[in-house]
Amino acid sequence: MDHSGISVLFEGTNFTRLLGGLWVTVKIAGVALILGLILGIVLGVLRTFKNRLLRLILRLYLEFFRIVPTVVLLFLFYYILPKQLNFNLPADQIATLVFALWVGAEMSDIVRGALISVPKHQRESGLAIGLNRYQLYRYVLIPQAITLEIPATINLATRVIKTTSLLMLISVMDVINIGQQIIEANNHTHPTGVFWVYGLIFLFYFLIDYPLSWWAKRLEKRRLERTNG
Amino acid sequence: MADQILQVEHLEKYYQKRHVLYDINFSVAKGEVVTLLGPSGSGKSTLIRCLNGLEPYQKGTITFEDQQVDPTEKNWQQIRQKIGMVFQSYDLFPNLTVIDNIMLGPTKVQKQSADAARAEAIQLLQRVGLEDYADAYPRMLSGGQKQRIAIVRALALHPDFMLFDEVTASLDPEMVRGVLNIIKDLAETDNMTMIVVTHEMNFAQEIADRVLFLENGKILEQTPSKQFFAKPQTDRAQEFLDSMDF
Ligand SMILES: Nc1ncnc2c1ncn2[C@@H]1O[C@H](COP(=O)(O)OP(=O)(O)OP(=O)(O)O)[C@@H](O)[C@H]1O
Ligand SMILES: [Mg+2]
Repeated sequence: MDHSGISVLFEGTNFTRLLGGLWVTVKIAGVALILGLILGIVLGVLRTFKNRLLRLILRLYLEFFRIVPTVVLLFLFYYILPKQLNFNLPADQIATLVFALWVGAEMSDIVRGALISVPKHQRESGLAIGLNRYQLYRYVLIPQAITLEIPATINLATRVIKTTSLLMLISVMDVINIGQQIIEANNHTHPTGVFWVYGLIFLFYFLIDYPLSWWAKRLEKRRLERTNG
Repeated sequence: MADQILQVEHLEKYYQKRHVLYDINFSVAKGEVVTLLGPSGSGKSTLIRCLNGLEPYQKGTITFEDQQVDPTEKNWQQIRQKIGMVFQSYDLFPNLTVIDNIMLGPTKVQKQSADAARAEAIQLLQRVGLEDYADAYPRMLSGGQKQRIAIVRALALHPDFMLFDEVTASLDPEMVRGVLNIIKDLAETDNMTMIVVTHEMNFAQEIADRVLFLENGKILEQTPSKQFFAKPQTDRAQEFLDSMDF
């Protein structure tokens, strides 16, 4: 073995291709998180309203995305629905859509939980100064809910980023898919390349997710200190 | 009747099946200070909360400034700008600074300009001796300071009528007087109309024009303050005063 496995990472354009794949991963996760966050806040607010039918529908939506595994969702949206409903979107957009809907579902639960844990007196003193429902949510309830929900939201983001590893199953050119291609192309010349490529991918994921979960822990700790002290 | 600001007629309130207010009738004249006294659980908070629409009532009418209230949420939202309410718990918005707490109603609900609202908020803070705390967050303040600011927040909307529900009940004893003095000053200087629920009998006696005595959801008597504290009309009220160590 005259070629050391690590060199596979730097041969030709391999490294930039892997970075390109990482960018696809990050972009899908990022856009899905932003869209999902907005969707989740809207749905979470709606789930605190009194209308039973609305609450039931949104509850079913949440349970659907919670119970059905993400792989199945991806297949459903990529292979099955387009045929049935006759629409065609590129794989990365399908992936963004599925992830956004999933994030929206999970966020709606986080937002609802945070909103109903804002003390009842806050709502009443908001009403007492004449705020209407929109103003009450906008200036009093949502800002307080957000500080409660930030750690859970960051944790959701780390889960989303990890789950992007499923994207290769619908042939999105994400970092794992590209890594796989590089491994296969260099299998003869660099049999140990697989460890290096996956090692690098591991490092990528770690570098993104670890700071996020560290941040979530720190915020949660600070919040607890503040409420206790 | 022109000087009546509030009239309550035949008001009945249930929490689900539970009947908590029975045939409540009373009125409040402009500039009058009414204290609402009664044992714990008699329905004082429930009654005062019905008066600004925080609790729905099942029967009867409330007439505010000569308009019978049509109890929809939208109507109450309009009326609440004219009825200030301060609660027992310190309920400033923790996400906003003191000045933003005070300015929220005037700027968002009444669409005053930020400059005008700020100028008035500062003035009100000066009145309660807390102008140095304008940019502080509520968590940095003592209970007494928070409660004074909660009063200022209500006043910033220029209410015609104020409701106070045991605003000193969760304060440390040394904080109580400062808050009560503000309420007293409002009554004396501004001639503010108000209903005050309190356990502070000395204060009630100082401030009240009239006492409503409530027990088990019924108004047992409405008596001018001097007379009530000298000799109430009912034995139950006398027992209540005795039990308050007064
Ligand atoms: N949200 C509620 N749901 C059901 N019952 C309630 C509710 N709030 C109050 N009650 C009941 O209604 C009755 C009147 O309560 P309320 O709080 O008005 O009394 P209060 O005179 O203010 O008492 P306190 O002096 O202890 O504050 C009590 O029996 C109480 O248990
Ligand atoms: Mg009470």
